[in-house]
Amino acid sequence: MKAAVVQFPGSNCDRDMFVAVRDACGADTQFVWHGDTDLPGGLDLIAIPGGFSYGDYLRSGAMAARSPVMQAVVKAAARGVPVLGVCNGFQILTEAGLLPGALMRNSGIDFICRDALLTVENADTPFTRGYAAGDRITIPVAHHDGNYFADDDTLDRLEGEGRVAFRYTDNVNGSVRGIAGIVNEGGNVLGMMPHPERAIVPLHGGTDGRALFACLARTLA
Amino acid sequence: MKARVFVTLKPGVLDPQGKAIHHALTGLGFEGVDDVRAGRMIELELADGTSDDDIDAMCRKLLANTVIENYRIEAV
Repeated sequence: MKAAVVQFPGSNCDRDMFVAVRDACGADTQFVWHGDTDLPGGLDLIAIPGGFSYGDYLRSGAMAARSPVMQAVVKAAARGVPVLGVCNGFQILTEAGLLPGALMRNSGIDFICRDALLTVENADTPFTRGYAAGDRITIPVAHHDGNYFADDDTLDRLEGEGRVAFRYTDNVNGSVRGIAGIVNEGGNVLGMMPHPERAIVPLHGGTDGRALFACLARTLA
Repeated sequence: MKARVFVTLKPGVLDPQGKAIHHALTGLGFEGVDDVRAGRMIELELADGTSDDDIDAMCRKLLANTVIENYRIEAV
């Protein structure tokens, strides 16, 4: 299995993501720079990590979504290559149009950095088959702009098509319908605000994120 | 030529920053404020002859996120 982690100026979870993909997926993993126009051939997974790409200028993820490498990511996603966007990565995927909706300022204004309890809503995506629907998992969140918003029609469609992957059990940031993570229509693009790459080994304080990476290895091997 | 682009949250979209500003204004003793919505103004220095369509495309493609924001272009 071959994977790439995209690095933007201001990414800060890129190395955590790299280690998670390398160790929990067992993938041959490499970094890709935001200015690259091409991705390495034969990728089985593209990870867009968290951080503050381009200093969160204009809107979180707005500048990164227009960077050269994202044109290649959009094309790869259209071919069915799995794309995982976490935190700033989720913001970038919505700004790039790969996922519907937008991530707005947390309803309580504060930056939130804490463990969040999530409910696995759909355990039938390439990213969530390591869980069972209804599982409660603890995954850290660390964001200022994690308040998911989409119009009612979009939300109804997401819910109807089973595209809500994770929901906050205790809605930490005001997201509509408590949405913490969604997949695209093809099921191969997942965006989520919580950080599964920060819950891989016991030293992290929890290992509930590991199944996400481990099941990717099984699905994509 | 110059243009100003005003980006504002769509009606109905929760504006936590506007709410915080409102709260602070109330704290300062300004009682007559019913609501506050915060937005952003972007000033563009443009080559003469830049078309309205081009400016509109800039807004749609980057300056505003039309999922949550409206924009208004003002020629200066």
